[in-house]
Amino acid sequence: MTSVLPVIVLFFLVVAFGAGILFIASFLGPKKSPNPAKDMPYECGIPGTEAPDSKINVKFYLTAILFIIFDIEIIFMYPWAITFLDYIKKGEGAYIMGAMGVFVLLFIFGLFWEVKSKALDWD
Amino acid sequence: MGADKFEISVNLIKMAVIFLMMIQIVPILVWVERRGSAFIQNRFGPNRVGPLGLMQLLADAVKFLFKEEFLPKKGVALLYYAAPVMALVPGALALASLPLSPTIHIEPFHLFGQLWAGVDGKGYDFAFQGFSINVGIVYVLGISSLGAYSLLMAGWGSSNKYSLMGALRASAQMISYELALGLSLVGILMIYGTLSFGDMMKMQEAALTYGFFGQKFTIPFLPDWGIFHNPIGMLLFASASFAECNRLPFDLPEAEGELVAGFHTEYGGFKMLLFYIGEYGHMLVASALLAIFYFGGYNIPQWLMTLLPVNHIPGNLGAILFALLAHVVLLTKIIFFLWVFIWVRWTLPRFRYDQLMDLGWKTMLPWALVNVILTALWIFCAQG
Repeated sequence: MTSVLPVIVLFFLVVAFGAGILFIASFLGPKKSPNPAKDMPYECGIPGTEAPDSKINVKFYLTAILFIIFDIEIIFMYPWAITFLDYIKKGEGAYIMGAMGVFVLLFIFGLFWEVKSKALDWD
Repeated sequence: MGADKFEISVNLIKMAVIFLMMIQIVPILVWVERRGSAFIQNRFGPNRVGPLGLMQLLADAVKFLFKEEFLPKKGVALLYYAAPVMALVPGALALASLPLSPTIHIEPFHLFGQLWAGVDGKGYDFAFQGFSINVGIVYVLGISSLGAYSLLMAGWGSSNKYSLMGALRASAQMISYELALGLSLVGILMIYGTLSFGDMMKMQEAALTYGFFGQKFTIPFLPDWGIFHNPIGMLLFASASFAECNRLPFDLPEAEGELVAGFHTEYGGFKMLLFYIGEYGHMLVASALLAIFYFGGYNIPQWLMTLLPVNHIPGNLGAILFALLAHVVLLTKIIFFLWVFIWVRWTLPRFRYDQLMDLGWKTMLPWALVNVILTALWIFCAQG
């Protein structure tokens, strides 16, 4: 807990700074003057043609799912990378390289399959 | 936070100073960016307000403060206002965990009629660092990926299709390049065998040494920096951090030719400036990480170090002067990389979106894997 405390303190400091600035700015500026052109969603200045709450196809959910899988695989490599030098110095280099070799092969297979099945093509 | 009043207050002051450093570097960087782009494109840039136009951003900030408050009619007020505030968080929290100087040891001293000696009576150890976290890299990677939330909040909150498209692009891009970023760091972790930034910089102090089957070759005039051990990793890390900061050639989230201004289309005044502070804070963190991982952090080549008289001053003054010198060295490197960010922005054109995703997934990710394998073989051969 003691090592997280400064992070939390700084987080609140930053949020207080940002919120304070926004509050001061809303205080100092001119009063709101609504008008239909200003309230419209901005589209290069011409009158908007689409309703602001029209639907948008969110295609990147597949990328997001693939990201989670690969990110976890990469995080698994971190402890291996940290202890790599110790194992080499102990003379067990072949073991640790072989163990990671299997993992990397699976990783490459996954990536290859992903590219092959066109999951990464963005249109 | 600390053992006694002295330590707690010093730690709080350091944290505030580092946060203010991030805030106040923005006017300077915006000035450098505008003057630099003018220099590159053969025009003048801002040169009216103050000497060399240096007061331009001060004038801009005052103008931003006096702008009308605006909320899009169908916007979600909470998300719309929270997004610029949240944009500050990742940069500030990540920057505070980076050690910007070596650890200084302060001997016990007298102040206000009291002896200050720390808990164990041996004095204090300080580094110019907001807080020290022993899993440094993992913390910084985790915190900086929070940046995607602010963009998504901005895109959804302002209920404009351009904002939303920009936000979606931003999040898809950030998560795609985070893979290459994370994987390119595995090489550097294998070389140093630690997650702590301070230990990494300490390991880069000596002269450049290559090992080959148990034998060692030393090149005395070059420093032992990460770039000489892992050049592919450095290139991958640098380009992935460009994408993480949403800087050109990866600034698709705000591609002004296609999306008006992307996720901050509906923002103006100080809310927009807060997004800029967040972006420059991100750049600051990325430059500092580049310097720490690959360019020796606060170290200068050893033969240069021995020439400096600051090594021979004893006591607290010497320790503080030494740390100050190291801080200036690290800051110089950071400023150089910030200039590289600006330089690249005004040199390279923007990618098309599918090219961007292809580069991240099909080029940089495999190359990062190759880097891991090559580094593993390299270390294996070096140790014999």
